[in-house]
Amino acid sequence: MNLIPVLILFPFLMAAVLALVKDDKARGLCVYIGSGVTMLLAISVCIWWLSNGQEDLLLFQETSLVDHLMIVGDLFLMCLVVYLSVKNKKYPIVLLSVVQTLGVLWVELFGGSVEETPHILVDRLSIILLLIVAIIGGLIVIYAVGYMRGYVHHHTEFADRRGFFFPMLFVFLGAMFGLVLSESMTWMYFFWEITSVCSFLLIGYTRTDEAVHNSFRALWMNLLGGLGYAAGIIWFAVTHHSFSLSAMVSVGKGGDMVAVACVALLSFAALTKSAQMPFSQWLLGAMVAPTPTSALLHSATMVKAGVYLLLRLAPALQNNWAGYMVTFIGGFTFFVASLMAISQTDAKKILAYSTISNLGLITACAGIGASETYWAAVFLIMFHAVSKSMLFQSVGAVENATGSRDVETMHGLMLRMPKLAVVMVIGICGMFLAPFGMLVSKWAALKAFVDAGGLLGTVMPLFVCFGSATTCLYWSKWLCRLLVVDHIHTTKDITGRNEYFSLFAHAAIMILLCLSFPSLSNYVVLPIVTNLYGEVDPTITTGNLLFMVVLLFCVFVIPLLVFLVTRRSHPHPVMSYVAGVNAGDSQHFVDSMGEEKEIQTTSWYMEDWFGERKLMFPSLAISSFIIVLCMILLLGGVVS
Amino acid sequence: MMLSVIVGLGYLLFAPLVGGLLDGMGRVVSARMQGRKGPSVLQPFWDLQKLMKKELVTVSRMQLIMIGSYTLFVILSGTLFFSGNDIMMCFFSLTTADMFLVVAASCTGSPFSTMGANRELIQMASYEPMLLLTGVGFYLVDDTFRVSTIGAHEGLPAIVMLPGFFIGVVVILVIKLRKSPFDISTSHHAHQEMVKGTTTELSGPTLACYTIADWYEQVMLMGIIGIFFANNHWWSVVVALVCIVLVYLFEVLIDNTCARVKWQVMFKVAWGVTLVAAGTNLLLLQMIR
Repeated sequence: MNLIPVLILFPFLMAAVLALVKDDKARGLCVYIGSGVTMLLAISVCIWWLSNGQEDLLLFQETSLVDHLMIVGDLFLMCLVVYLSVKNKKYPIVLLSVVQTLGVLWVELFGGSVEETPHILVDRLSIILLLIVAIIGGLIVIYAVGYMRGYVHHHTEFADRRGFFFPMLFVFLGAMFGLVLSESMTWMYFFWEITSVCSFLLIGYTRTDEAVHNSFRALWMNLLGGLGYAAGIIWFAVTHHSFSLSAMVSVGKGGDMVAVACVALLSFAALTKSAQMPFSQWLLGAMVAPTPTSALLHSATMVKAGVYLLLRLAPALQNNWAGYMVTFIGGFTFFVASLMAISQTDAKKILAYSTISNLGLITACAGIGASETYWAAVFLIMFHAVSKSMLFQSVGAVENATGSRDVETMHGLMLRMPKLAVVMVIGICGMFLAPFGMLVSKWAALKAFVDAGGLLGTVMPLFVCFGSATTCLYWSKWLCRLLVVDHIHTTKDITGRNEYFSLFAHAAIMILLCLSFPSLSNYVVLPIVTNLYGEVDPTITTGNLLFMVVLLFCVFVIPLLVFLVTRRSHPHPVMSYVAGVNAGDSQHFVDSMGEEKEIQTTSWYMEDWFGERKLMFPSLAISSFIIVLCMILLLGGVVS
Repeated sequence: MMLSVIVGLGYLLFAPLVGGLLDGMGRVVSARMQGRKGPSVLQPFWDLQKLMKKELVTVSRMQLIMIGSYTLFVILSGTLFFSGNDIMMCFFSLTTADMFLVVAASCTGSPFSTMGANRELIQMASYEPMLLLTGVGFYLVDDTFRVSTIGAHEGLPAIVMLPGFFIGVVVILVIKLRKSPFDISTSHHAHQEMVKGTTTELSGPTLACYTIADWYEQVMLMGIIGIFFANNHWWSVVVALVCIVLVYLFEVLIDNTCARVKWQVMFKVAWGVTLVAAGTNLLLLQMIR
């Protein structure tokens, strides 16, 4: 039996079931079962594919019934967007939606003879993405059950819309499955639009003015990308009579200017979806939604859809203006987003900037389109998904307990909520510290950029080096806050068991991934690269990877060792130095009026150096200019 | 292979000795520049001995663990470097070591120590791009990140191809050797607002531990200067050693002539020089490649 339709349809079915369940307990149970079955299905597809020779499978050639159903679906989405836009007086969005949907419909129905090609592709890359979506996404949904209970309890000012929220999460997962498995561009477009609309609905959850405003911003930016996608499909179908993505890539790789321009249009769509500059603001605005939404958008779904598409297009992006555009925008975004993250105090905003920044790096890797960058990009996707989901969930749990998600209020979390703090520390270290996966991938990316040579080979390493320094700065500030041990405040940990289940599962996956890095590289990621580019040398040698694993042990073992050695010694406890005005302990001092005050230490945020206000506008201007410039050059290439 | 092991072991055993002597020499030269006689060259060792004899006191046990880990990680990075491993890996491991130092400084919640930690982070952000680019520069010249190959490369020394990178490294070494800016995170100037910055809460044996780590680190940094001048001839080692001493003296000179440089200037200068000197050099290398 073929499991793929089941895998794609099951989440939609779950969504329908959840929409009918009103009781909170029953809903929780449904969600557990639903996400469990989703994970199992994805794993079974993986096993089925592994046991079937591990070859690229192209499936479902004749699908006129499903095609027609999708047309109905496209129309439904269009009507929904039009209705909501008109209701909220956002008329330009109506135009965006109608033009692209009708355009795609026209080419599907009256676009002349288009050859029937397989609609589904199962290969290593889609399997990896499937597992990320199913496992990370599934865990986020489980976490959401506990989180939303707390959320509804705390935020009585918002209506309880859980009956709407959970079905949407499952629709999102289903759409992602469809998206990563689609080989036909029209199919992918359909799922692409579902994720756009779904994220719009999820961001607007609270229905406050801010939420509505931000959700519409997300919608128009993603629909603009969708317009690019639609234009790419139409142009390619009219000129080359095919809806096949791989056909477009192989024709583009051969140097056909029209195909390259279509690839650029699709890349443009991917840039909006992955929230690259100048389209980053929709993701920053998305944090008004409850935390599980952010976790889902940032880690397993949505933004990953963009870079997934870019990776599919990567071979056609090598050494042409489409590739230069993607690479430059990615590198630039990596750098400026990490600069702006320094000035943020809101934990969720830091995470959002970090997502944009890291996605920039992946985008840049895909834009170079070489085997080495491809390797790095796949690893970055895996590690980023796990780390980011873990961090969002722990921030959400802290917010539910303390009522704030300001990094400064996480002062001394290590003593106050040790379990959450440990998860957070692992997540943070995973994002930037030496032996963890992200850094190794960054290293590979750096090497690959240097190898690319020429002007890009100069600009990109500069972006990566400067960006790594700033990345290090904003993460370590946060890390230091967590690890203060000064016994002042206490907080009651109200994190539910389901939330902890998800958090610990993430931490375990993270550590496992890091430990198995060398074998992951050899047996999972290298074959993808070999499949696309022929035999290649690993970017980072296995020896170095093994060494990184040793270093990972060191990070845990060395502090433990020092602890064991110093355990016998009994250091004489002293008060910290406060210029001699301690008030009996290290945490208080006597001020000049003779009053006792608590010592408060904070990090630096350097608003006047790295503030959004200072950097955002120039960044938007530069990145928009580059996109427009490259698009014009591409069109010029087609015309001449 | 054999040579790498010997050099690595040599570093492990003798780096503190060399680092201490460098420190002592720096102090004497610095004093002479200021028209003082200065202490004996061996003074750093007497200081260390005295620190070792003091009672072990601490604000929190966490700090003890972090400083110990910092020391071990610095030693690990240096040993990796001198035994000819991947230069990027050495830098990453050094960054991890620095993280332990920053956490050690901020974990007590002590105000001056925390200020020092914040400043240390800014310093890291200032020199990190140049440090990473140095690895890139060597990679472009030698097609490998391995120190053993870089240090024994054929033809003229790497500095001929990497003058811009060298200038950048000299500039960031001022920060890494904790010579300048004036308000550096571990300030040794008692009259500035940081008190002793990151090391405020360290005393006795813990401070001794930190000092040893510092010496290890200095020797490693001098090693980076060294591989700019080394090639596969024996005399290049002599040239490298002479240049190392000259660079060290130059850093002392900067310390004494730029006494009022603040961290803001440090940040701008470090990034500016990195971008202009190393960036241009990188572009040229890519063009002729």
